[in-house]
Amino acid sequence: MVAVAPPEHRIAGDRDHLGRAACLGLLLLLVFFALLSLGQGPSGVSAPQVLADWLAGREVATVDQVVMLNIRLPRLLTGMLVGASLAVSGAVMQGLFRNPLADPGLLGVSSGASLGAIASIVLGGLLPPAIAGIFGWYLVPVAAFAGSWIAMVVLYGIATRHGRTSVATMLLAGIALAAMIAAVAGLIIYYANDAQLRDLTFWGLGSLAGSSWTKLSAAAPIILLSLAAMPMLARGLNGLALGEATAAHVGIRVQRTKAIAILATAGATGASVAVSGGIGFVGIVVPHLLRLVIGPDHRWLLINSALLGATVLIAADIISRLVVAPAELPIGIITAMFGGPFFMWVLLSNRRVLDA
Amino acid sequence: MYRPAFVAAALLIAQPAFAESYPDAKRVLTIGGSVTEIAYALGQKDRVIARDSTSSYPPEVNDLPDVGYVRALSPEGVLSVNPDLILAEEGAGPPETMAVLQEAGIPIELIPAVSNSDELIAKIEAVADALGVPDTAGPTVEALQADLAKLSEATVDQDKKKVLFILSLQGGRILASGQGTEADAIIRLAGAENAVQGVDGYKPMSDEAITAAAPDAILLMNRGPASESTTRGPSTVSHDAADEELLSMAAISTTPAAATKTIIRMDGLYLLGFGPRTGQAALELHNAIYGDS
Repeated sequence: MVAVAPPEHRIAGDRDHLGRAACLGLLLLLVFFALLSLGQGPSGVSAPQVLADWLAGREVATVDQVVMLNIRLPRLLTGMLVGASLAVSGAVMQGLFRNPLADPGLLGVSSGASLGAIASIVLGGLLPPAIAGIFGWYLVPVAAFAGSWIAMVVLYGIATRHGRTSVATMLLAGIALAAMIAAVAGLIIYYANDAQLRDLTFWGLGSLAGSSWTKLSAAAPIILLSLAAMPMLARGLNGLALGEATAAHVGIRVQRTKAIAILATAGATGASVAVSGGIGFVGIVVPHLLRLVIGPDHRWLLINSALLGATVLIAADIISRLVVAPAELPIGIITAMFGGPFFMWVLLSNRRVLDA
Repeated sequence: MYRPAFVAAALLIAQPAFAESYPDAKRVLTIGGSVTEIAYALGQKDRVIARDSTSSYPPEVNDLPDVGYVRALSPEGVLSVNPDLILAEEGAGPPETMAVLQEAGIPIELIPAVSNSDELIAKIEAVADALGVPDTAGPTVEALQADLAKLSEATVDQDKKKVLFILSLQGGRILASGQGTEADAIIRLAGAENAVQGVDGYKPMSDEAITAAAPDAILLMNRGPASESTTRGPSTVSHDAADEELLSMAAISTTPAAATKTIIRMDGLYLLGFGPRTGQAALELHNAIYGDS
């Protein structure tokens, strides 16, 4: 008798295998773009050549070494972390708020970060030199990170009563807080000079051009810790899709899930925005693209979002540094240029549901 | 492991650089419109191989590779033009980029950004020194001084007219220049007075404030290529529809400038750049305000 493998019984609608396949495929894609990113740049330094020289123990020109080790490598790693953060945070927020258009912006993270950045660019000169000297030119990222956390803590405090966080309150309070922050930011911008205004514009468009090991070493622990916490949320977010009450009935610890989701998202996006400025649409585009293919199961959605987010941002960064070389197009322009139409398409294809 | 390098680089950038001289530099990247202009005025154009996006004069610099905006340079973009000297106006950045360039071992000379005529001479000399050709500064500085002498002669017993500089008219809102701006400096250099007093920087002005300021002349930057404007010179007579529209604005219509239809348009870099042509620009502005004398 020959043993016959039992025929595979896949429940209708089960897309588990797609999630697994996507994970593998995206990992390969990420590696491909990572290598491309190390090899491509306006200076034309050849990565294989430099690597071959290193391995053979030959001397590498200082410029080539700086390009590979101090420009392209920290830039690649920063791009991967920022892209993964933005995409996973978007996916978590959409799950938590049960709203396809949610992104970390709802937590006041982006507006808090931009207020921090605006204040430090315009008012940084007023700080006593002793304090300004501690941060040096890292004042802007530090202030952006502080701003994002203060905004998030305030919002979380407003929305939490008797140990229960209301996501609806958080959503509305987030809008109110964003309006107040925009007013304060506008007031500061009024007092900005010409050069500061230009700095603000470029900060708002986002860029990975300022990546350095120092910045990366400050942001990476926060981002990695936050990213590591997010897979723990997968089952909780799946449960929350049924509604809070039902989720509690099937054994999900709802408040714990919410707290981790909010803290981890604020940590990851706060640190990302601080190092790279405002990069839009990755958090919306990436999770939706994946949901279309692999379905809404957060067990696969979160990890795949991280992989695709990292890949997308690295790809956008390659475009940003090559398209107008030797100058550079801010990466936020590229992500929004592709993300904007996609977002529009999401809106239009959801119109039947939204209009109902 | 990288921190000491960054701190060292930061110190190098923060301190006013001891002027070093690079007569052997053959591939110079000039950053900042006026720095590029000075290098060309000094006859060093063969050594300039790339520029930033604010460098637009003389027109031939537009053929050089553009490494991006002066305050948002990308380190690899700068390295890709393979410079052996970077001549940058103060404020070039971001600092992370400057730090990486230091690590790559490329000499960076910072040239102070100025907005008055005395410092401008020092600035021209600083560029000449950095390029290792101090003797070439003479003719440029003398031409500048000759223009300034002509100016002070012309303005000695003159009543100061009030000039309103308008940076933008977006949506009918007037963005005017207050104190501490290049526009304020060039207006004073031309022997006139800024109509906007008690405001710092470029700020939106209310219609009533403009009326109250009662400018005798209105100064704007003209759009379009720099080469065109320098041959055409400032236009004081309004033929175009844009000028008519401006004069009919409620804020402007009651001013002395509207009565005499005095609208002066000049190229932005020429007027506000504080480079080698500034004496000429101030003289031209003076003549446009007071009528050719």
